[in-house]
Amino acid sequence: MTEILIKNGFVFDPVSGIKGDKKDIAVKDGVIVESVSAAAKVIDASGMTVMAGGVDIHSHVAGAKVNVGRNFRPEDKLQAVYEPARGVRHMAGGNSVPTVFKTAYKYADMGYTTVIEAAMPPLYARHTHEEMRDTPIIDQAALPLFGNNWFILEYLKNGEIDNASAYIAWLLRSTKGYGIKCVNPGGTEAWAWGLNCMTVNDQVPYFEITPKEIIAGLMTVNESLHLPHSLHLHSNNLGNPGNYQTTLDSLKIAEGFKANNNFGRDQVMHHTHIQFHSYGGTGWGDFESKGAEVMDYINKNPNITCDIGFVTLDETTTMTGDGPFEYHLSALNHLKWANTDVEVECGSGIVPYIYSKDVYVCGVQWSIGLEMALLAKDHMRCYLTTDHPNAGPFTRYPRVMKWLMSEKARDEVFASMKAEDKVRDRSTLGSIDRELTLYEIAMMTRAGTAKALGMGKKLGGLVPGMQADIAVYPYNPETASDPEQIEYAFSNAKYLIKSGEIIINDSEIVSNGNKQTYWVDVKTNPSKQVEHDLREMFLKYYTVTERNYEVEEHAFMKNPNVISIDATQ
Amino acid sequence: MTQLVTDIICPFCGTLCDDIEVEVSDDGKKIIKVTNACAIGAEKFLHAQSPDRIVRPRMKQEDGSWKEVTYDEAAKYTAKILCDAKKPLMYGWSSTSCEAQATGHMIAELVGGVVDNTATVCHGPSLIAVHDVGIPSCTLGEVKNRADRVIFWGCNPAHAHPRHMSRYSIFSRGYFTTKGSKSRKIIVVDPRPTDTASVADYHIQIQQGRDYELIDALRVALQEGPLPETVAGVPKEKIYDIARLLKSGRFVTIFFGMGVTHSLGKNHNIDIAIALTADLNKYTKAAIIPMRGHYNVTGSGQVLGWQFGFPFCVDLSRGFARYNPGESSANDLLMRGEVDANFVIGSDPGSHFPFKSVKVINELPSVCIDPHMTPTVAVSKCHVPVALVGIEVGGSCYRMDNVPIESRKVVDPPAGMLTDGEFLELVLTEVQRIKGVAA
Ligand code: SF4
Repeated sequence: MTEILIKNGFVFDPVSGIKGDKKDIAVKDGVIVESVSAAAKVIDASGMTVMAGGVDIHSHVAGAKVNVGRNFRPEDKLQAVYEPARGVRHMAGGNSVPTVFKTAYKYADMGYTTVIEAAMPPLYARHTHEEMRDTPIIDQAALPLFGNNWFILEYLKNGEIDNASAYIAWLLRSTKGYGIKCVNPGGTEAWAWGLNCMTVNDQVPYFEITPKEIIAGLMTVNESLHLPHSLHLHSNNLGNPGNYQTTLDSLKIAEGFKANNNFGRDQVMHHTHIQFHSYGGTGWGDFESKGAEVMDYINKNPNITCDIGFVTLDETTTMTGDGPFEYHLSALNHLKWANTDVEVECGSGIVPYIYSKDVYVCGVQWSIGLEMALLAKDHMRCYLTTDHPNAGPFTRYPRVMKWLMSEKARDEVFASMKAEDKVRDRSTLGSIDRELTLYEIAMMTRAGTAKALGMGKKLGGLVPGMQADIAVYPYNPETASDPEQIEYAFSNAKYLIKSGEIIINDSEIVSNGNKQTYWVDVKTNPSKQVEHDLREMFLKYYTVTERNYEVEEHAFMKNPNVISIDATQ
Repeated sequence: MTQLVTDIICPFCGTLCDDIEVEVSDDGKKIIKVTNACAIGAEKFLHAQSPDRIVRPRMKQEDGSWKEVTYDEAAKYTAKILCDAKKPLMYGWSSTSCEAQATGHMIAELVGGVVDNTATVCHGPSLIAVHDVGIPSCTLGEVKNRADRVIFWGCNPAHAHPRHMSRYSIFSRGYFTTKGSKSRKIIVVDPRPTDTASVADYHIQIQQGRDYELIDALRVALQEGPLPETVAGVPKEKIYDIARLLKSGRFVTIFFGMGVTHSLGKNHNIDIAIALTADLNKYTKAAIIPMRGHYNVTGSGQVLGWQFGFPFCVDLSRGFARYNPGESSANDLLMRGEVDANFVIGSDPGSHFPFKSVKVINELPSVCIDPHMTPTVAVSKCHVPVALVGIEVGGSCYRMDNVPIESRKVVDPPAGMLTDGEFLELVLTEVQRIKGVAA
């Protein structure tokens, strides 16, 4: 395999503690090494920024609801130029719900090499994997949904943690999933009857269990299975004024839990798109930020991580396993609404949305995300996402970086808002002069996310032995002065190396790479009860047979990367 | 000794039953018996065995007779007519696997083809309506487990989707519907007294083509608003009754078919049917599901969606994907004389397109990939028989509710016969050679 030497770049790597020193990075046989021979291909990175490949912990880029988003919004294709095929690239289009090709190319342009699909309905797992298989370049994994699954509701109600564990291990294997995702626990099941669970103590209709019990149960299972990633939680009551109380109640469930795994992960709960869960007020009239309160709690509790879900002030397409939320959103904006309830397991909804900077609520949402990220004390536990495409397209990450790194850039947005004073009044963002460093950005986008995913030994850093995923950005931290340079540079990686292969050479995509799909295979003690329940459930309540449920690795993955765990005893 | 192959999907209709059992001969070559399938489904399996099956590609001669050619020759011809054409139409896709569709799309991208599927003559209006108003829907298991109010509008599953009613929608017993059909109220809206109507609790004999009016009236009736004495031939009392019946349900599902998509109003009928479903969610829970025909027409829309962003009528001829049903749709292109080569796979436009379109196909350089002798084959220049997807080769397929299920191989295809995917790979390689692009 080829040897590569990236010379003279300003290296930012939280894993090894390098904060912008000029350093060479050597690559051999797909991994980072101490040194290479004179035959190595040399990439001159002088005057440029070098980081590990980006690792996105939460994005909706593949699967049933994403494809509904594409197919039900032809107008989304008009929001960005439809790019013709050239070289190794296929034609690629779409803006907030790009085609799989565009997804790959844009992530590559941003220097990202690993992306986690954050919500996979198990019954639609095959679809998710088909899309991921057709998505070139980026390594991917998907998180199946568990928070409204009938097996889980029953087992947890009865305190059968072993059965819940055996079932989850079975489902991860069947769907080739990576970890435990929980969306609006109990609430999406309630939505199948047009209802919802708004607090952690609401009863799930018929199943007589509360969101609190579901969250605690799933965390217990997660640690008993020693999974690489923690519970990945989207808590109840998303997007509603005053919901920060529910959020704090949900976060508190993690108290007393300890991480138990061999992957270097410390947290027991990853709370996703926390921005959407940090709202004060009693209605849209007195809507305000409670970002400071929520971030204060997270700062003090090292067993929790979060990603933000930054609002980017764009037209976008919201999509989530939180079915009732999307219904209420459509009632608010009167745009088109798609919904899919999935038998036995979960549901989802999709609604287009326009975050206008002239609407003060959107402005406040924008400021809450930035406020929270700037108040975070440890960026190894607080990550950059837009909950793509919910709060904005992932292609805006570089713009979010600009806002995080420049008070001037934030002030420009404030000044462009119709209700600037009101927006400034409803959050503390305007009084924060903190500007994040490239080192902190590297924590938020690679080192931290890789660690939280349990991939920190392999991804997110530039230490010898790690997978050679490396991005070189045309950004000189010594001379750069204009915040716009940040946005440009992080949208246009000059070089990108993935698993030791050059994907972007001098700003041009030259290879579709050898994409990997990660999944987790956990061995548990056999459970007669679970075997019986599976048989029963498939016979009576599913509409596919048990045998047809499994996603076959050979058929649906170009390059599987299985993480095997032994959780027997 | 025969062997029993289980958990097979039926590759006929959008119901995509996946519990078919097939008894095959010891050597794995012959299908002896098919169980669980309905009559149409079973026939599809048995048809694979017909002794007069055409097993080699053929080119039509000047005198109208067929001359056998090799798969390589057929692939070269296909690649050539596609590459020579300015705007080749690549139509069908609904009876093949998603993997084959994906390969076909890569060919279309290279040759600048127009990719359209059979939705263009069936649920195309539904897809357009979804652009306008979205679609609150659910998987068929939700219907089985929860639905206590089920409407069949302009469709007749008793004939078109024979096991739909027993597997999912009327007779099946689910978690919250333990009494099967007694747990449900069934409403059929159809001008004809169909076999489906005969098992319904209510048959609304609507006047033909007046669907929009009746759905609109139901929306009014949900709010107890004023109605004229009769709407679309239905007395207002009946409309109020139905509206109250729906509101009193816990979970309503509307299934609709070609009787609504292709009667007057087309996509507007679906727009308002979806709007009615959304309205119902103010009172109870409601979902709407199109009764898709071919077993994998849904899959074609899915693959086109994730690769190019649109579910059908995708025009790649300008180097980027364009979508404009009515302009970039197969029949419009054929009738306007805009296409200069015709490629068909997994469907039979010869039977389903207007005569005017079929006449155009007859004049064009054309290839038809199909296991059977069909009217489309009769008007094509080249016929490429292939293995049957779902019987002789597996592959991913999508049910009418978008649930993907992997079809399985049951028996070997006749010796030397290629699959869709294999043949398309040959064409792709040849197209890449002609265009001088790397594989
Ligand atoms: S209902 Fe449709 S899928 Fe099921 S067996 Fe009959 S033809 Fe096949």
